[in-house]
Amino acid sequence: MIWSIIIAVVLIFSFLLAGVKEENKGWIALVAVLLNAGLSSWIGVRALGGHGWEQSVYGGPVFGEIALRVDALSGWFILLTNFTLVTGVAYGICYMRAYKGRTAALTLHYVSYIWNQAAMIGVLCVQHALAFLCVWEIMTITAFLLVIFEHGKIGVLKGGINYLIQAHVSILVLTLAFIWINAHTGSYDFRAIAGYSARIRPALSFLLFLFFFAGFAIKAGFVPFHTWLPYAHPVAPAHISGIMSGVLIKMGIFGMLRMLLLIKTDLVLVGYMLLVVSVASALYGVLLAIVQHNVKKLLAYHSIENIGIIGMGMGLGCLGLAWHNAFLAFAGFAGALLHTLNHSLFKSLLFYTAGTVYQYAHTMDIERLGGLIKKLPQTGALFLLASMAICGLVPFNGFISEFLLYSGLFRGIASGRLSAVAACVFVVFGLALVGGLAMLCFTKAFGIIFLGTARHRYPGRLREKESLRLTREKESLRLTREGGPLRLIPQYVAALPIVFIGLFPQLIIPVLAPVVGLFTGGAQPDQTFFPAAMRSVSLSAMAFVFICLVLFLVRQRLTTGRENASSPTWGCGYVAPTHRMQYTANSYVRSCRKLIRPLLQMNKSEGEISGVFPPPIRSVTHPYDKLEALVIDRPLRALRGLLGRFKFLQNGSEQYYILYGVSFIVIAMLLPILADAAWHVINLFKQL
Amino acid sequence: MGILNFILIVTASLFFPGIIIRTKSLLSGRKGPGLFQPLKDIRRLLRKASVYSRTTSFIFQMAPTVYFSSVVIAIAMIPFGRQAGLISFKGDFVFFAYVLSLGKFWSIIGALDTGSSFEGMGASREALYSLLAEPAFFILMGSFALLTGHTSFQEIFGSLHFGSSVSYAVGLLAAFVITLLTLVENSRMPVDDPRTHLELTMIHEVMILDNSGFDLGLILQAGNLKFAMYGALIANFFLTPGSELYYSLPIFIVTQVVFAIVIGIVESFMARFRMNHNPQYIFTLTSMSLLIFLGVLLMLGKIV
Repeated sequence: MIWSIIIAVVLIFSFLLAGVKEENKGWIALVAVLLNAGLSSWIGVRALGGHGWEQSVYGGPVFGEIALRVDALSGWFILLTNFTLVTGVAYGICYMRAYKGRTAALTLHYVSYIWNQAAMIGVLCVQHALAFLCVWEIMTITAFLLVIFEHGKIGVLKGGINYLIQAHVSILVLTLAFIWINAHTGSYDFRAIAGYSARIRPALSFLLFLFFFAGFAIKAGFVPFHTWLPYAHPVAPAHISGIMSGVLIKMGIFGMLRMLLLIKTDLVLVGYMLLVVSVASALYGVLLAIVQHNVKKLLAYHSIENIGIIGMGMGLGCLGLAWHNAFLAFAGFAGALLHTLNHSLFKSLLFYTAGTVYQYAHTMDIERLGGLIKKLPQTGALFLLASMAICGLVPFNGFISEFLLYSGLFRGIASGRLSAVAACVFVVFGLALVGGLAMLCFTKAFGIIFLGTARHRYPGRLREKESLRLTREKESLRLTREGGPLRLIPQYVAALPIVFIGLFPQLIIPVLAPVVGLFTGGAQPDQTFFPAAMRSVSLSAMAFVFICLVLFLVRQRLTTGRENASSPTWGCGYVAPTHRMQYTANSYVRSCRKLIRPLLQMNKSEGEISGVFPPPIRSVTHPYDKLEALVIDRPLRALRGLLGRFKFLQNGSEQYYILYGVSFIVIAMLLPILADAAWHVINLFKQL
Repeated sequence: MGILNFILIVTASLFFPGIIIRTKSLLSGRKGPGLFQPLKDIRRLLRKASVYSRTTSFIFQMAPTVYFSSVVIAIAMIPFGRQAGLISFKGDFVFFAYVLSLGKFWSIIGALDTGSSFEGMGASREALYSLLAEPAFFILMGSFALLTGHTSFQEIFGSLHFGSSVSYAVGLLAAFVITLLTLVENSRMPVDDPRTHLELTMIHEVMILDNSGFDLGLILQAGNLKFAMYGALIANFFLTPGSELYYSLPIFIVTQVVFAIVIGIVESFMARFRMNHNPQYIFTLTSMSLLIFLGVLLMLGKIV
């Protein structure tokens, strides 16, 4: 019943969106998203409460019975997906005002958005291979349409098509895996996977898992399948980047978790593989994020890091299950699931604030920003909050998921089992290093974008001449300040759970317990540990906040009466500093970049100083992904070289093309005759 | 009773900088300032008015407070042998490390807020060095989790097997690592020279160039507290198993004094490293803690 309503809402509102006036489209889309979010969240909440939901829909002779099942895992993902989708579209209403006049594109955009939401909910519920691939495809295509909103720009199309192709490689791999299952069981139902994988040898079931892993890893962005993220995220509108990074790539994580539940295989092997891939993803992602100078590209690379952290949790969980260490299993899966939620919150918030920065400053180049906290104080504060959360700092939600992981890791080490100790120390090392690198990355992002003074003249304030030229209506479209409460409210809504989970983590653990219980089965760790630890974390975090506040009040009290002075920043006695004399993002990360040079490919073009009176020279650096060069560019070049040999076929004259057609038909018709003749000749020889 | 550790550490922090300065002046043959000169300086700073750069925003005003509070909370987590700190729970050292990171985050953005190249340079170094030192602490704590089978400060320090010479050896090694960690975290000698007068070669000092008055006093006192905090951590490796104060109190005091004198000696006889050699030096800390980890594994007979 609910499914029919959701589909009906999507269809009705799609037509409605086409009909209404341009400025109302965003609101209509918001209503549609809210309706569907409400409906599906209701199922999700019930599933989390232990009332799993199952339904079978007859999908015609091709599909047969389509099983729709919502368990706690689906419920958890439905809730976090809906939350970010709602804040996304609400933020999008204001963000898209800048594109006034592009009615058709806006209609397509919002229609794609509600289709995308329905498809994601479908992905989370459908447990029928064919139908799953269909909704997965709808999700991919609508996401592509959302990304290429500004399709007039070449970079946007490039990024979008890159995503489209890689997403279809993912679909190809998934299709192969489903064909494999279907060939052996004759069933499309996901339950067949469980039955089938239990029957076959562990090596085969591991291979089967690898197929699914590769398919979902492309969506999730595990290294080395990550190369589409840094292209697609920067070119999409800010709220689309937010939902892509926040929830779309999490569909890959969901797929992996689902397959972990279904496929019975050697969990030790899966755990080790996940750990190695995840630590590599986390480190590689953050290292590349550090050297990026485009804010959104930086955030995109940072998603890879966070996917790595989620993967670490899944790997630990698998190892905990394999070693019958219920504590490690619980901590691993709980950490992974919570970090999925946390990342969707702070990453979407970061993209929203980046969107405001973009519309204010009209650039995403960190080196050209600066001093924005004085122009956009609330946006700056929100960015700071999300940055601290993404670094896993106390008292925000990122810390809670990392704390869960660390608890599991240290308990694994304390267990004394050699293999556990080795694996856990490896991950502790990786996680600690990633935490430090993330701090370097986000102090750079926040410090250079928002602090100091502006590095170029922002277009916010218009000169008289310009404002005369622009009509009043156009001028109202320019973002001169933060853009009012409509733009800020969705951001605050996204920020609220970040603080809430950070301060009251004990409330989120019981919500997670049924989801984790799916993986750990009956094996529960000692019931008292996590609630007790979380209460202590909560108390300590609040004590910290309290001390901060008290100290700050004392400071204000003591210092208000004093004769505080203001002066320029200390510049070694130089009193006329310019904005060019500030530290740049590039120099801020220079020493780190030098340390990791073997991992990077820096394309540098530098002019030489020549002559007695040298002209101005420029030095430009572009960081490039070395892995991308290796796994994408090189095979592509080889492929292009091979196909280039057949270029003569595509010579552009229609006569030739007609000739190709004719020769194809002739060959096709001749084939049976030739085969028949050959058969006769063979018979003749046999008789001889 | 947890308040005792807190008071002890705060008291130790009052003497700490004085002892370092006295050691240094004695070793260099100067008469030098008195034991309480650093404290008097801080008192004077706390009463002064401030000068704020026109470039700065509210971040700059809040940063010293957050930095100081993070150190206070971290101190509240340090146990005293078997006696828990004010805050103690399983996995508390993770909280400890991350709350200190938060303080560092704020001191970094506070420095970047001034828009000065010098301070950006210091911030960049601080972020890099602390990220390199981070794994060392976690692996060190991992070694002790492995050794004792526990995951909180108090349980670990409460159940270190005292009396067996091997655990003392591990304790000594750990004390060495923590000493180096302190020198890195507090930006002291071989990594950074607090007395240098060239902005280009400073780390911590250059980050606080624009802080003055109350804020500067807070930052300086936070540094002293951090010293005493690490000193207390080291003292915990050598405390006796029971909570007999007549043993543990003298051990605590002696450890702190020796720690301060060692830092004074290091600062007197060592030169600062070249900046570009620092990362290698700091990363050896992690290798050293891995060695400790391996040592613990050997001790427990897990390998070989």
